[in-house]
Amino acid sequence: MTSVEPTAHPAALSSAGSLAGSPADSPLVGSRVQRREDDRLLRGRGKYVADLVHGTLAAAFVRSPHASARVLDVDVTDAVDVEGLVAVYTYSDLVEADARDGTRVSQRLPLLVPHPDLSHGRTGYPLADGVVRHVGEPVAMVVATDRYVAEDVVDRVRVEYEPVPPVVGIEAARAGERQVHDDVPGNVAAHMVQATGDAPAAISAAPHVLELDLDVERSMSSPLEGRGVVARWDADDGSMRIWSATQTSTGVRAAVATKLALPLAKVECITPDVGGGFGVKIMHPWPEEVLVPWAARLLGHDVSWIEDRREHFISSAHERRQLQHVRVGFDDDGRILGLDVTLWHDNGAYTPYGIIVPIISSTQLLGPYKPGAYQVEFFSLYTNTVIVTPYRGAGRPQGVFAMERTIDAVAAELGLDRADVRAANLIQPDEFPYDQGLTFQDGRPLIYDSGDYPEMLRKIKALVGWDDFPAYREAARAEGRRVGIGLACYVEGTGVGPYEGAHVQVETSGRVNVSIGLTTQGQGHQTVFAQIAADTLGVRMEDVYVTSGDTRRFGYAVGTFASRAAVMSGNAVGLAATRVREKALRIAGDALEVDPGDLEIVDGVVRVVGAPATSIPLATVAVLSNPLRYAFDASAAAATQFAGGGSDDKPPIADDDEPGLEASDYYSPIRSTFASGMHAAIVETDPDTAEIRVLRYCVVHDCGTLVNPMIVEGQIHGGVAQGVGGALYEKVEYDENGQILNASFMDFLMPYATEVPRIETDHMETPSPLNPLGIKGAGEAGVIPGMAVFAAAVEDAEGIPIRRMPISPSELFALRESHAPSPP
Amino acid sequence: MSTEQQVAVRLVVNGAEYAVEVPVRRLLSDALRHDLGLTGTHVGCEHGVCGACTVLLDGTPVRSCLLLAASVDGQALTTVEGLARPGGEPHPVQRAFKECHGLQCGFCTPGFLTTVAAYLEEHPDPSEEEARDAVAGNLCRCTGYQNIVASVLRAAQITREPGRGGRA
Amino acid sequence: MKPSPFAYHRPGTVDEALAVLAEVGGDGKVLAGGQSLLPILSMRLAAPAHLVDVNRLAELAYVRAGPGGVRVGALARHAAVERDEGAARVQPLLRQALRLVAHPTIRNRGTTVGSLAHADPSGEMTAVLAVLGGHVTLASAAGRRRVGAADFFLGPLESAVGPGELAVEAFFPAAAAGAGTAFLEVARRHGDYAVCGVAAVVEPADAAGDGSAGAVRARLGYVSTGPTPSVRELPGAAPVGPGADAASWADAAAQATAGLDPEGDIHATAAYRRHLARVLTARALAAAWSASAAGPGRRDAA
Repeated sequence: MTSVEPTAHPAALSSAGSLAGSPADSPLVGSRVQRREDDRLLRGRGKYVADLVHGTLAAAFVRSPHASARVLDVDVTDAVDVEGLVAVYTYSDLVEADARDGTRVSQRLPLLVPHPDLSHGRTGYPLADGVVRHVGEPVAMVVATDRYVAEDVVDRVRVEYEPVPPVVGIEAARAGERQVHDDVPGNVAAHMVQATGDAPAAISAAPHVLELDLDVERSMSSPLEGRGVVARWDADDGSMRIWSATQTSTGVRAAVATKLALPLAKVECITPDVGGGFGVKIMHPWPEEVLVPWAARLLGHDVSWIEDRREHFISSAHERRQLQHVRVGFDDDGRILGLDVTLWHDNGAYTPYGIIVPIISSTQLLGPYKPGAYQVEFFSLYTNTVIVTPYRGAGRPQGVFAMERTIDAVAAELGLDRADVRAANLIQPDEFPYDQGLTFQDGRPLIYDSGDYPEMLRKIKALVGWDDFPAYREAARAEGRRVGIGLACYVEGTGVGPYEGAHVQVETSGRVNVSIGLTTQGQGHQTVFAQIAADTLGVRMEDVYVTSGDTRRFGYAVGTFASRAAVMSGNAVGLAATRVREKALRIAGDALEVDPGDLEIVDGVVRVVGAPATSIPLATVAVLSNPLRYAFDASAAAATQFAGGGSDDKPPIADDDEPGLEASDYYSPIRSTFASGMHAAIVETDPDTAEIRVLRYCVVHDCGTLVNPMIVEGQIHGGVAQGVGGALYEKVEYDENGQILNASFMDFLMPYATEVPRIETDHMETPSPLNPLGIKGAGEAGVIPGMAVFAAAVEDAEGIPIRRMPISPSELFALRESHAPSPP
Repeated sequence: MSTEQQVAVRLVVNGAEYAVEVPVRRLLSDALRHDLGLTGTHVGCEHGVCGACTVLLDGTPVRSCLLLAASVDGQALTTVEGLARPGGEPHPVQRAFKECHGLQCGFCTPGFLTTVAAYLEEHPDPSEEEARDAVAGNLCRCTGYQNIVASVLRAAQITREPGRGGRA
Repeated sequence: MKPSPFAYHRPGTVDEALAVLAEVGGDGKVLAGGQSLLPILSMRLAAPAHLVDVNRLAELAYVRAGPGGVRVGALARHAAVERDEGAARVQPLLRQALRLVAHPTIRNRGTTVGSLAHADPSGEMTAVLAVLGGHVTLASAAGRRRVGAADFFLGPLESAVGPGELAVEAFFPAAAAGAGTAFLEVARRHGDYAVCGVAAVVEPADAAGDGSAGAVRARLGYVSTGPTPSVRELPGAAPVGPGADAASWADAAAQATAGLDPEGDIHATAAYRRHLARVLTARALAAAWSASAAGPGRRDAA
């Protein structure tokens, strides 16, 4: 692999390795600071989108009960008498509106992530245009005085469908006897091949070859809060304000502006408190996000739509489903000489998010390893099911499952220790930056920037007691117990571009406002970014207020996904705060007649290093930064024209300067930065009931510099719980008619506290050389190796190959039966 | 909505008396949130499984999404808004969740807080396993529960501290 | 997920309730605990024209344990029955089963009589009533009648409660002298409906009734193994005695479960349920036997 020079980066880090302004003895960055958001949330003063519906009309949707059908007629005659009904809209109303108002609501929803290999990308319409392709697809929108009434109206809308046999499941899709889209032969939305080296040749020449068929079932993000949108049209101003529980305020804003033919400047999108996202809320614009604002303008009244749980199951997004085939060629030490992988990815009925998930599976499959040659081919297939867009991990869990099951199979074949085989394949610390020779999901080369995988392996083995386990397993076996241990490794490309930005402003009161463009769903951004800003500026954390996901406050942003917020916005905040700091020191230097290089800022006071009595509050610096004619309060008097200071032969604002103690800056990485982790799990299986109990769960992870270790751990815990869910409990079950059999929390089994083990963590920090703060992402880390580690542990306990996940006790029982020796 | 049957409902919520007229089918969760304006109680599933809507009915945890407002006419309720002391000092459970990072997005949190507050009244000194069992009927998607269990234990500890003791 | 409109009735006395029920007949549903009914209404799987809210009928909120058994009024919440010390002494199986019903928060509101009337074969208490041979008292404007467990559960979610009738009380017979009980189940998650569950009652079968001769009778009630709770009896000459061991329990379990025909669903195959029924039967018999006078020493069965 080629070696790549590390990119030179701005030295915003002081020689002590901490942020410019932070006290070397107790920087906020790196400490377990309690969260600013908690007081409000704990008192029930959070404001989620469902809390903003007062005074709105409520929308509900008529949704297809069929997986595949023509929509012949929509009859609302029984619905018009319902008291409280305001309007019912169907596709023809959208067409009419577009003709009349110049809008685009009857056009297809956007294909957000185009790709050359997405040869047959297809998106849907906000309301079905005569064809429905999954149960749950919206057919008509109802607006009424409240949600109860809206649902009454939905019940009375009579839709005549002509059902058509649906395509359900990957096997049916690839058999191609029926098509989800008439113009997509074989149901293939995309076919992509990436290769580095000649894997088939390497496998042919290898001393040993194995083949595996693997199966990952469908699952979903399922945050506790569903989707929701509130829209307010101001007819006097011609402007639209949208509140949405989205992971991308700028994305929704731009999409709605386009659909409603409004200038971008007349549309704002605000994210309120959001109750979890885990990927599903990055998808946009949902049909509802287009239609609710559209209806608000049409009706001249605020409109809201708050999704209920059933709607979330049948009309949001799912993920995970893949079939996989692996061919691996390896030597006597288990070194992988060639790896040839084929993936069949179920992308559901439409592809608005393109092929990001299978691309991530294809590339992140490699993990911390360096196979001699690698080839990966995937087919992304349409089925008459809910669309597939990223869910925490976004294709990495599937890729890691394929790789880790393969390595375990290699070890089993050779009778070698599974950790030793991994060790033999690891990229070594002196090989960074390591170019895997592929293109990653950001369109850039897959080059790992830093890491120490051998050390990580040593740590996870120590944490879980890997070397002592065989003796423990034997002792348990003697007691009639079955225990097993699994190990799984991953590398996670995080901090995907194109950029994020931040605006930092010091008000004349001393309050510091930090605005970031991306959004928050529980990651503690109001705390984490305040830590960075406070350390950089030298102010107290309590004086820093962070706003996220509000296009009124920051208009250029991408969104929160791909474990990127800390990397992207964290660095942007650091850069913007640094610029503010530099300006503050310059202005303070003028005011104090001191060289800025001799100044420091501590607790919001600019002072001379070693002579703290010579000082000026940052608040006053803020006053001075904005030359005034009018003193709006006593402190502002210092900046007015007769207050003295300044020079008569220079303009009050220099050519290259602006008023105010504020700055924006952006962080745009050359490419992603690579976090990594290794998990180990010990399970016990009941010899009789086949129940699976997790005895221990260990995590060693590396996400570079930690801004707030408490918050990072929390993210890991949450991810691990979803990993447990995805391995042992959660599966979206479709029947052959395309009906979801478990569209409720009763039957889609998310784990409770009793199902999630205690999580033991150890961590490492190999800072990223790609960004000033050295941060790598952590948001998805916990979930990525879940399926792999539990499959390995159950296999170790049972001696039966586990090739499909999730696994339930019933399924383990069936495997036992099918592997039982035949009676003599 | 006048043709829909309405019912007069009196509720004492967090010590304050409310009298509202609501449609008979109004769920208690919706009545609290929309008719009383107490949006701290959240709705996650409307079929009783997630627990986000849990409130205290005469001190006992119940799922407000599985109750009609009319059914509890005349009764006393405590919601998350009523856990803090009259002077604003946080309930030990609220303090503990903050100290232990027992919440991330905060959506499921009110249901945990009411459940745990009631639990600790009856079980002031739970073991870790008992603490985990106590919250085993509430779903959280963010935290992985580890810090929630720690929060329960910490809340019990705070309640036992002399001078702090815990009634809501 | 909001309920469809309905006419709402909130009677203050049992007589008022019966009068309303007589009027609305099959168009009415009774709302007591509501923990099963409300989700059904919110999902609009049912849209009854009338809802009769019986939560004001305080006279029905009782648990009365006596030497013959435990009488549970219609408004007794699961939690109240579970807590009742008298009930636990008279019939230990009640508390053993109730601990496994959903979660404590659900038990705070759901009623035991209500769960019997709901007749879900995945519900623990239906198996308990069936295995104990209890009965339910139904009241209507026409009077009262008693329906024994064997005739009460007609099918999945279908009970003998007729239009215009209100289940006012359930009766659970007391444990016989020297009897031991156990309730075991396997569920996917804590508090979930059982994939398979077994209620076991083991009684000494000898004349002295103190287990000294070692022979026992056993009755087993099953959860999630058919459209209604199945009950099996093991003959008095069952080969269990002072030396009872795993093999004898396994044989007994094989005997008991031979005719069970559970269904498969997304959570478990029929074969797995059949297998679990055998495994849990053996374990439940062993536990109930241990708790009985015939066992090594009376102690609470798990």
